[in-house]
Formats: sequence, structure tokens, C-alpha cells
Amino acid sequence: MTKASPKRSWHTQHQAKRDSRLARSPIPFDGKIIENIAVNRSATDRRVANLRGGRSLKNDWKTAFLLRAVTLIDLTTLSGDDTEERVRRLATKARHPVRQDILDDLGVENLGICTAAVCVYHEMVNASIEALEGSGIPTAAVSTGFPAGLSDFQLRLREISTSLAAGAKEIDVVISRRHVLTGQWQSLYNEVCEFRARCGHGAHLKTILATGELGNLRNVAKASWTCMMAGADFIKTSTGKETQNATLADALTMLRCIRDFSQLTGLKVGFKPAGGISTARDALAYMILVKEELGHEWLSPSLFRFGASSLLADIERQLEHCATGRYSARHHHPLV
Amino acid sequence: MTKLHDIYRSLEYGPSIENHQAALDWLDRHDGSFGHFINGQFTDCHDEVIEVLNPASHEILATTSCGQRGDVNEAVEAAQMAFDSWSSKAPSIRARYLYALTRNLQKHSRLFAVLETLNSGKPLRESRDIDIPLAIRHFYFHAGASQIANEIIGNRIAIGVCGQIIPWNFPLLMLAWKIAPAIAMGNTVVLKPAEYTPLTALLFADLCRDVCLPPGVVNIVTGRGETGAFLVEHPAVNKIAFTGSTEVGRDIRRKTAGTGKFLTLELGGKSPYIVFDDADLDSAIEGLCDGIWLNQGQVCCAGSRLLVQESVAETFHRKLRTRMNKLRVGNPLDKCVDVGAIIHPVQLQRMTDMVNSHLGEGQNIYRVEANLPKKGCYYPPTLVTGLSPSSTLMQEEIFGPILVSTTFRTLREAVELANNTRYGLAASVWSENINLALDIAPKLECGVVWINGTNMFDAAAEFGGKRESGFGREGGWGGLAEYTQPMPKSQSKGKLSKDMTFQSPKTTAQAKLAQLPIDRTFKHYINGKQVRPDSGLSIEIRNSQGQLMGHVGKGNRKDIRNAVEAARHAYPNWRAQSGHSRAQILYFIAENLSAQSANFVSLAGDTRPSQRQKEDIDAEIQSSCDTLFTYAAWADKFDGRIHAVPFRGLAMAINEPMGVAGAVVSSNSGLGEFIAVFAPLIAMGNTCVLSVSGQHSLSVLELCKILATSDVPDGVINVVSGLEDELALELASHNDVDSIWHFGDPNLTEKIETLSAGNLKRTWILSDSHSMDSDRRRHLSCHDYLSHACEIKNIWVPYGD
Repeated sequence: MTKASPKRSWHTQHQAKRDSRLARSPIPFDGKIIENIAVNRSATDRRVANLRGGRSLKNDWKTAFLLRAVTLIDLTTLSGDDTEERVRRLATKARHPVRQDILDDLGVENLGICTAAVCVYHEMVNASIEALEGSGIPTAAVSTGFPAGLSDFQLRLREISTSLAAGAKEIDVVISRRHVLTGQWQSLYNEVCEFRARCGHGAHLKTILATGELGNLRNVAKASWTCMMAGADFIKTSTGKETQNATLADALTMLRCIRDFSQLTGLKVGFKPAGGISTARDALAYMILVKEELGHEWLSPSLFRFGASSLLADIERQLEHCATGRYSARHHHPLV
Repeated sequence: MTKLHDIYRSLEYGPSIENHQAALDWLDRHDGSFGHFINGQFTDCHDEVIEVLNPASHEILATTSCGQRGDVNEAVEAAQMAFDSWSSKAPSIRARYLYALTRNLQKHSRLFAVLETLNSGKPLRESRDIDIPLAIRHFYFHAGASQIANEIIGNRIAIGVCGQIIPWNFPLLMLAWKIAPAIAMGNTVVLKPAEYTPLTALLFADLCRDVCLPPGVVNIVTGRGETGAFLVEHPAVNKIAFTGSTEVGRDIRRKTAGTGKFLTLELGGKSPYIVFDDADLDSAIEGLCDGIWLNQGQVCCAGSRLLVQESVAETFHRKLRTRMNKLRVGNPLDKCVDVGAIIHPVQLQRMTDMVNSHLGEGQNIYRVEANLPKKGCYYPPTLVTGLSPSSTLMQEEIFGPILVSTTFRTLREAVELANNTRYGLAASVWSENINLALDIAPKLECGVVWINGTNMFDAAAEFGGKRESGFGREGGWGGLAEYTQPMPKSQSKGKLSKDMTFQSPKTTAQAKLAQLPIDRTFKHYINGKQVRPDSGLSIEIRNSQGQLMGHVGKGNRKDIRNAVEAARHAYPNWRAQSGHSRAQILYFIAENLSAQSANFVSLAGDTRPSQRQKEDIDAEIQSSCDTLFTYAAWADKFDGRIHAVPFRGLAMAINEPMGVAGAVVSSNSGLGEFIAVFAPLIAMGNTCVLSVSGQHSLSVLELCKILATSDVPDGVINVVSGLEDELALELASHNDVDSIWHFGDPNLTEKIETLSAGNLKRTWILSDSHSMDSDRRRHLSCHDYLSHACEIKNIWVPYGD
């Protein structure tokens, strides 16, 4: 890339790729696949532990990975006390996630670094869209009775339509954990198919598994497969509201499902870890995991997102360190 | 376009090289040249030196001395001098030294890790995260073992000077496995590190000085194979512990034969890695990466023989190839490298030739598409599929990053394939079905089984092999036993437990002329039948006054062959019996023996025995019944333990039978001794072939008739009579005999041990003139017999859901 190239070209290119790709349709439910799923917990934990010590990023490599991490963030606020003003502040941060002088020092001001999306509750969609206007950054809405997913089914479906009508481009739905816990895979499939249908081809469907409530990794894998068969564009770990947030072991399990699904169908499904990812170190661990299991093709906003709020602040501090060689203080970076 | 832009776009990994200045500084402090570490001091560097290379760059790191006979003598002498004082120190004092060594290892852990990587070519990730932490853990564990030595080893004492010879694949870790238990139990050591990788041992010598370990307790002599041979041959060395190739191990077995030296061998392997169709395949593939590609596959217990269930083989191989391409080969100091350098150009050439010359038709070779560094010794991770079990690559240890694979259809076939090898070190089993996994684990002929895992080690769990992978255990309680010996009675201060059951009769019944009313025929007892000797010859049995008592068959090579075949055939069912069922049979033998004790009176030497003689014989019979009762009692109680390893999982140490055991009973010993030999063997599930000779043969063969009526399954006990030397040597040279106990003529010891090298059978020699003390057998405990009747297998079962 040369300095002359237009701002945000890399990012918008990916954005364009994502938008042009038609959101996909479900494939038929295959219970046999679900039945044969095996996930070994201790071996999965070992893989995660080994990878922590087995890959290391230093200097420019760390900087580059962190810059990329910023572009993968769904900058999120999902609190009961959210206000339009707070969402506007968030949107501004999404446009300018890293202090300009740091970008200048690193010589990457022309990369057009911005976050992948802003993720809010339905009531905040309008505020977000207005604040993001012209940036090309989409707004994502959590939906379908987030976070528990236990409201009336028709209401949940309508929630999707309403958010789409308000302009949300991405819908993060929660699945019914009870279908997983009682082994009703067909019911889960039907549910997600309905969500898919409501999203139509216009919006991206991210299905939140709430891994912390699924009991074990086999269920995580089975739920991943069911959602992918039902047409999910992304599978996402957590709402951030469960007592147990995303773990690397959950992530590894889901990534392996994505790989097998892609091998079987040729379809590439995205991955979104969310909840509790608050340090640059965590973010790099997830990125390395994705790179190792799926390849770096998956490390683009069209196939990978972090659902996070405080992560960005830590990455920014690390980037300042990368740029200046000095460790940074949190108060050196603008608040959201 | 800047570098940062490039990386931002490609997201490739960059170099992340560990700083190795501290290691170079340490080498500089020694001027890059080393003598030996003897009696607490470094000797001057020799004239004959060995250049120590960094295999990743071929640069010379240092020069070390090539140990000569004189150096070894000096080191052994120092160890001998130190022994009395060291072994008589309070265990808690020794514990403090071990603790100090542990702490200092920990304080310098990164220096050790970097030096290890420089010298061995293994990735820093491994030396830093595996080798060094495990070495530290071994010293910790054994510091503790020393502290409570009196409680855990009871009436056992140190052996003396231990000669320890270690390989180049885990230089510091193997040092820890050898030195920690040895000195914890009060032994002193002379350790010879591998020719290629002496540096961390020399750094360890520095630590020994730093903690003021008494001079002579640890001595380190560097050198080549011949240096090790000097150590093996040295008469003042009481024990040899060797880790290395099966060929050298066999040679050591021969050289130490008959010397009375204790011996443990940890040798090669071709360990099966068994993947069932219900396994978590992705995890199994990760396990392979930790298995065959750990340390470039230069691991004795590497899961080098992949057996995949046919129904998933294609998927598994496809996934495996994809995964292999993610392996990063290169500079071992790079923290992003998975596969480092091969230890030496000689090894690289050997594995290259082996693969090239044995690749046949229909075989498929897949190599990782990696850019290997131009300088240094590298071999890409490789997968060979389409092999049949008979292929050389499937049978022989390659000792490199080369995985060979074949398929199986059923559990039974998997067991057959897995056990179809000369080796028996370790095995991995991948299945989500715990019923299957725990069913197959005992069926695998090896010392370690990992369920849904691989290469898991810990100081608390024994490690060691079966078959030609060697014998003896390292780590855990089993490992401590290998560095101790039973305390002679004179030293035991009356603390000896009372369960030492074997008591010979107070006097041997002497006979006058034997005039048997009806001539009796005593045949061999093979496969539950009385059979005539193949030779068609008989031997006269005379009592001590030279009077003819009767004839027994003169057993030969073929009788032994038939007996071994019967024992082998009987083995699977016998070991599968519960301890409870085996106990019932032992009780039943005792019951029948007791009931028929009168039959034995006339066979003991006199047809008209005096009342006193009758009482003696009766006492022997009753004592034998007591022996049978004791082992019957133990049959369901000599069980394993769960080791407290620092993992989420169980390391279950189980006592497994060795298989077919041969035993040579002294021609002077009577019925009681014969029973004291077979009872522990069969109690633990072995089947046995016993050779008898001498005047008590008749009583023993009479006993066989009792066995036949006591529900002992055919082939579990086989008895061949004849000449002690002839039968002993046939048993020792038979490759299907897994273990041999020799309680007979001491002049046979050397030959038996030498011949046992053929299939590296375990030997337990307790012939009368044994070097340590002449009548040790008297005060052996049941525990001694039982532990020689078993091998410990550790089954690792990680869990979690």
C-alpha cells in the first residue's frame, strides 16, 4: 500500500467483500454429524496451553497484530444505563480508535484503522447509525430477547425485523440454551432458521451460543454445527452476561467446527469471541488461535470479530508502547 | 510501503529469538573448555577433547574432555570415598541438599533452558516449558522422598556407587531422573552425559559446588561410548542405570552379567499411537504433534507408530497433513518454532538413509512444505502412510520426526498390531469411550499408557518399559526401589517385618536306603499333563547318602520349548483372572497339599523316616501351606496406587504381571522353596516354567499331581526336570520368556544374564554366593518377591468435561 492510496482502502475492501457476499441460506439439518461429535476437554485445554507458550509476537509483529485487532473489534455497549450520548461517544471512538499521534509515529495513518462495527441494544441503533454516518462502519444490534432469549418467540422474530428496519446491518441473536441442554437439536436448528429468514439477505446473522451455559464442550460443538447448518454467518461465544465468559477452549472447539464445516460445504463461517476479553494479550491469544486453526484468511472483519468494550483501551496503551518505547498510562488515552 | 504495513497485511509471524548471552557468558567463564567434575572439582581439560556443537548452526560451543579409564577410576574412587558419609547422613540432611539443588535449578532455569537449546537443537519452548520444569520437579519430589525415606522405603538401604549413562535427547532431564533418586536414597554417582550434549550437566556441576554438596557425591565424567564402557566395567560400581539405544543396552546387560551389579535399562521404542473412530480427531492430531514431533521425534517413547481405525483413517490423515503444515521448523532459539534441529549430522544421515532405503511401493510419503534453514541439521516433519505391519519403517525405531501409519478394524486388531513389536515402552489411546480405553490399556505390552494424551511425565509416576525397551522404573516409588536394596538382617535391628515367609526346614531329612514298594514314574509337568522327556533319557535321583531314590526325566531344549509354549498359551487367560480367583486356586493348592503331606515323607529321602524326620517334613509342608496362604492373601491386595501428579487427571500405577516367567530353583532346595518361587509368580498373573534338579525333584514332581487337581489351569505352572545348567541356559536364551529368576548355582549367573540380553528379559538373581550378602533370600519380604513378579504400568487418564 502506498501513501497515495485512498484512506481506509484495506478496510473498506473487506467491508465491500462482506457486504457483497450474500448472506447464506441454511443447509439441511444432519443429525448424524451432531451425533458423532467428540470433544476431549483435557486435550483441548492442553492445546490451548501449549499455544500460549508456542507463539510469540515481538516488535513490529506485535504492533501489526494489534493494529489488526483494532479493526476486528465490535465496539460494544450493552448496559441498562446506556444513553444516546454515550453511544455517540462510542461511535466517535469507533471512527478514531487510536490516538492520531500514535498512528503517525507508527507511520500507519493511511491504513484507515477503525473498528469493525458498533454493537448496541435496539433502542440505541438510531443513535449509533447517525453517529457513524459516512464512516462505513456498520451498526450491530443484539436481538431475540438478548441476553436470555426467553421472551415470546414471535416477539423475538419481530425484534430482528424492527432493528433491521432501523438500519442495523448485523444482528446478534441468542439461541435457546434449553434446546441444547435437552438435546433438541432439530428445534434449535428450526429456531435459527427462522432467525436467518428474518435477517434475509440484507443483514449478517451472528448466533450467540452462550458457551458458559452449555455445560460442556461437546454441547458447544453441537450447537456450533446446528447454527452453521441453519445459516449463521458468524458463531459467537457469549453475551457477556453469563457468569462464565468466552474461554480459549470454547473458541478452539468452535474454530474446529468452522474448519470442518468449511471442509464439508465450502462455506466460510465467521467467529466472534465476546465477553471478558479485555487485554491486548488476550486478543493476541485469540488471533493466534484463529491463525493456527483456520489460517490468517479468517483474521479479517468479514470472518472474525471481538465483542468487547474495554479491550480497545488496553490495545491503545500497548500501541503507544510500540510507538514510543515507553509504557503507557490508562489516562493518556481518551475515554470512550 | 513499510515493514509494518506488510506484516499488517500478511499477518505472518516474525522472529522472536531468545537472548542467549547469559549462556555464552557462562561458557566464557569456563574459557569454553571443560574437564571432568570429580570429587567436587573440575579437573583440567584433557588432551583428548570433544568439540561440542550447536546442531542448529554447526558452531563449536565448547570443548570437553574425553574420559579415559583413569578418569573413570578417579571418579568412582571419589564416589566410593563419599559413600559411607553420604549414605549414613540423616535422610533429612540429604533432603536439604536436594532442596538446595532444586532451588538453584529453579533460580537459573532460563540459563539451563537456553544452554540446553543451544547444545541440543530442541526448540526453546520445549526446554523452557518441558525439560527444565520437569527436571526441577524431579529434584523437588526426591528432596521430599529423602525427607521421609525411613517411612517410605522401610528396611531398604542405599546400593553404593551408581554409574549412570544418559542420552542426548533430554540431557538435563535425564540427569535429573538419574541423579535425584540416587542421591536421595544415599547413593553416590558417576554420571556420564552424552558425547553431544554435556553442557547442562557441567552447568549442574557448578550448582553442586554452589550448594556445597559433599565432594564425590555427584561426579560427572564426559566422554564417548568407551567412557561409558569403562564405567560399566568398573568393579566398584554397584549399579548401572542406562538410558539409550537397545543395542548398547543389550551390550551392557552382557557386560554386567554375573557381576552382581544392579541394572536398569531404559531403551528404545516404537510406541503405538492408537486412534479409534470415536476419538476427538483434532485433539488426537494435536497429541501427535506433542508425540512424534516433540524434540524432532528424538524421543524414546514418541508415538511413532500411528494406528488409525479404518473408518476414520482418510479423514484423519487429511486433517493431519493440514495440521503438519502449521508446524514451524527452524532456529530452536526462536520462540515460534515447533521443530528444531536434529542433534547431529550423523543422526540426520541415518534417518535420511533409513527412510529413503525402505520406502516401498504403495507407500505414500508426505513432508511438510517448510523452508528448512540452509545451515544446521534439519529434517522436515514427515508422514508415511500405506505401510503394512511388516514394513521395516513400521518395525524399526527411526528416532526422528517421521511418523509411520497403518490402519486397523477392531479393538482386537489394534491390540495385535500395537503389541507386534520387540519394544514395549509407551502407548497412546484415543477414544471418548472410557470402557474401551480402560479395556485396552492393560492389554498393551508397555510400561506407560496415555489415554487421550501423550508424553505426559511426572516425578511421581514411574516410567519405563517392557520387552526390549528395557527394565526398571524411573520416578515414583518404583524408581526409589531401584536405588535401594533390602537391608541385611544383621543391620535390621530387629525391625524386619514378620511376613518373610520362606523358611527352610531345620534339618534336611536324611535317608537310608530307599526301597519304593512300587516303582514310580516322574515325568515333566507341561500344560497340565505329565509328559515324557523329549530326550527319552532319565536321570537318577540319589539322596545325600548316594542311595537311589528314583528317576526323573532329563529335560532338554525341546521340553523347555514346549513348556514355554504352554505357558505363553495359558498367559492371557490367567492374567485376565481376578486376583480373587487366583487366590482361591492358591488356597486350594494349600488345602490339597496339607491333606497329602504324608505322600511327601517318603520322597524326602528316607522310606522309613524317624519321628523327628516326619515332624520336620510335616513342618516344611505346613510352612509351605503358609506360604501359599500368604500369596493367596496378597493376590488381590498387591495392587497399585494413584499417583499425585500435578495434572487434572489420574496417573494410575498398576502392578502387571511380566508374562512368562522362567525360574531356576537350586538343586539343594526343597519343596518349600519351590513353592515360594511359583506362588508369588502365579499370584500376580504370570505363568511359569520352572526347572528342577537334584534330590528334591521327586517331591516337586509329586506336587505337580496336586496342582493338576487344584484347579490350576493347564500351562500356568510347568515343571521340567533335568540338569540345572542345561535347563537354566535354555530358559535364559528363549526369547519368549519375559523374565527369569535364578536361585540356583551361582556359577550360572553370568551365563544366564548374558543370554538374557537376547530379548532383554528381566533377571532376578539370588544365587547363594551373591556379592552383597550370602543369604539375602532368608530375609526377603513377600513384598520383594511380589515386586519382582510385576512390572508397574502407569495409565494416565486426564479428565474433564
